[in-house]
Amino acid sequence: MQHVIRFQSSELCPIYPEVEDSNTKRYQIFGWLSCWTKQNTWFQILPNLGAGGGNDIQWCFSQVKGAVDDDVAEADIISTVEFNHSGELLATGDKGGRVVIFQQEQENKTQSHSRGEYNVYSTFQSHEPEFDYLKSLEIEEKINKIRWLPQKNAAQFLLSTNDKTIKLWKISERDKRPEGYNLKEEDGRYRDPTTVTTLRVPVFRPMDLMVEASPRRIFANAHTYHINSISINSDYETYLSADDLRINLWHLEITDRSFNIVDIKPANMEELTEVITAAEFHPNSCNTFVYSSSKGTIRLCDMRASALCDRHSKLFEEPEDPSNRSFFSEIISSISDVKFSHSGRYMMTRDYLSVKIWDLNMENRPVETYQVHEYLRSKLCSLYENDCIFDKFECCWNGSDSIVMTGSYNNFFRMFDRNTKRDITLEASRENNKPRTVLKPRKVCASGKRKKDEISVDSLDFNKKILHTAWHPKENIIAVATTNNLYIFQDKMN
Amino acid sequence: MLRGRRRMECTLDAQSLISISLRKIHSSRTQRGGIKLHKNLLVSYVLRNARQLYLSERYAELYRRQQHYPDGAPLLAMPACPPPPAASAAAPPELAALPLPPDTQDREARSCSAVRGGAELLEVPVCAAPPELQRAPCRDSSPAFYRASSAGPGPGSPPGLLYAAGCDFGAPHCSSRTTVLDLDTHVVTTVENGYLHQDCCSQCPCCCQPAPGLASPPPAPGTKRKYYPGQEEEEGVEEGEPGGGGVAGGPPFAPCTKRARFEEYSAEHPQDSSNISNLISIFGSGFTGLVSRQQADSEQPLNGQLCSKQALASLGAWTRAIVAF
Repeated sequence: MQHVIRFQSSELCPIYPEVEDSNTKRYQIFGWLSCWTKQNTWFQILPNLGAGGGNDIQWCFSQVKGAVDDDVAEADIISTVEFNHSGELLATGDKGGRVVIFQQEQENKTQSHSRGEYNVYSTFQSHEPEFDYLKSLEIEEKINKIRWLPQKNAAQFLLSTNDKTIKLWKISERDKRPEGYNLKEEDGRYRDPTTVTTLRVPVFRPMDLMVEASPRRIFANAHTYHINSISINSDYETYLSADDLRINLWHLEITDRSFNIVDIKPANMEELTEVITAAEFHPNSCNTFVYSSSKGTIRLCDMRASALCDRHSKLFEEPEDPSNRSFFSEIISSISDVKFSHSGRYMMTRDYLSVKIWDLNMENRPVETYQVHEYLRSKLCSLYENDCIFDKFECCWNGSDSIVMTGSYNNFFRMFDRNTKRDITLEASRENNKPRTVLKPRKVCASGKRKKDEISVDSLDFNKKILHTAWHPKENIIAVATTNNLYIFQDKMN
Repeated sequence: MLRGRRRMECTLDAQSLISISLRKIHSSRTQRGGIKLHKNLLVSYVLRNARQLYLSERYAELYRRQQHYPDGAPLLAMPACPPPPAASAAAPPELAALPLPPDTQDREARSCSAVRGGAELLEVPVCAAPPELQRAPCRDSSPAFYRASSAGPGPGSPPGLLYAAGCDFGAPHCSSRTTVLDLDTHVVTTVENGYLHQDCCSQCPCCCQPAPGLASPPPAPGTKRKYYPGQEEEEGVEEGEPGGGGVAGGPPFAPCTKRARFEEYSAEHPQDSSNISNLISIFGSGFTGLVSRQQADSEQPLNGQLCSKQALASLGAWTRAIVAF
């Protein structure tokens, strides 16, 4: 097991390591661990803490999308962000039911110091507000989740969902059009057949690129409660959708029926104690999925075991620390997001104050826990009053599963390096918006004397929250959504 | 549970938390997109926690008082415990059997209707509380859902009268009904609910008889009742609740609780605390799934009577309220 020891050296003296691993910068030296023991141990040389961090990545501002206004229109509030499988496309959904897709420019050789920029590729209205007359309910058009399908042909497909309805959208390019019809003029008017004297074969000619989005499937009327997650199976034929009490399995081709695979609605609603908060398919095993609950538990289910996966195969739960009990213990233990690692070996959960990494082979506790903003623990009352305690933060892995990222308040977002155990706090702000400006790490002063450049907890802006973040599947490019702006950061390329 | 208020650095105490939580539940009714089950469930947990703290504090205080007045002061009362569901209610009422002083106006206020109004589908109309208890306004003066019941000035309510018009005391609590729409089956059912009047009725011997001097009969079932502090009206639930279906002073009082419910003589207590205790008792019935066995059992026995876990186990209307959305 690797221990990370941070120590203050009382003196510097040169020492020749007995073994050197220059890849990871680890050196084995014969060291005194204490007065009484002397043993071989690996010492990893870390660069100066506080400068950089996050696996030595230096994050630079790249772009920001969205209105500059401080006055945020509610419809513009970003509600989901997702890269596609290649990372070339970046989709955002907002509260107004729109989807905006950005496409990365192809890298050109003249701009070798930065990767391609993301520009608007397509914008369309995915969902409209609806009214359920039977139940007298208004159905919000807010896009809760977007998930991309892997690309199989020239077109791109994505699933987008609001509270009740999932839609499969096809996004296709049109860059040619047929010209030279015999019976139609170029502007579409019909020609009088009697005036046609010669015949020609229409040909395709290039035209300005047009990106069209069309709804190919609409999966509706399967959810009584609010949909919180969708997840595409690794078989690329089925997907699941989860609401507060049920999870349904769909086939992408079939819209008029779905299978219910999890149902936690109690016979007597008075006995309701928990709801489903997120669900995801395993990235490799097409029979496995997990769902998280408001009680802080995660259940892993195997669809081969039975048709209705009410009984879990594994239950991941960490016992509560009784010394931390408060009025709000139940709220802050509710899991807001669950994500498998790309490898499929681990999964990450986000609750209000922390990020936890679970090994699928160990159910009784997470293997790693990272505190996102522990300084908020003493402020839970105020956060309850202003409803911030109900914010649902998401989390994401980087492509190699070595770093995890999640958002916080004051437009801060946090990254945790699983290998070095270092973490960094960065801010998404228009103040640093010169391209290739390296972001300066931020620090929140929990109590006591505030150092220079630190921010005290009380001056944090709780209206500026980063709930949605996404990491490019292959590169160090991240998309961070503030309330109505989308920031794109890249690592500094030298 | 919560180990003292130190743990919570903010200044909120249990009562404020309860009122804030109720406000959230109420406002969630009007939010776009319908009631969010998850958020309301979490709010209910906070309510439960606050209630437990509040109740434990009350118990502690009552216990202390008992120490002071070992001959059993009249009007010693346990904070109201939620009643068991109608189905299990069979035990004869265990009234406090304490002679109630004429100035029963010191009863705690009930904001049943207020609570209901906010939480949807809740049962039974409000009992007006004696005026003294209403002196201190509720913490939040604005929301319609949280109104202290008030019987108006003291002289206005006859002694022994526990509630203002509209509170169908006489009607058995058991007969309070709520209408529930199950989202899945689209079945509308009218459910016999628990006993939210337990506090009022438990110690009022006059309940057992046709209530003399009742100011006015309860409103007809299904009517909306407006409720403002200082007036003898109440705000009923909009769901066409049948209002308990009884006429005050009509059917004999038949409380369904298995426990004695004591009313606290809270003349010297802050008035808003009395509101809270009623709210708590009302909502106590709403937390079945949330209240674990241990918590129920840990409530201190007082005068040999316990809020049994069945009482706490009767989750009341308000999760049904959530279901309906």
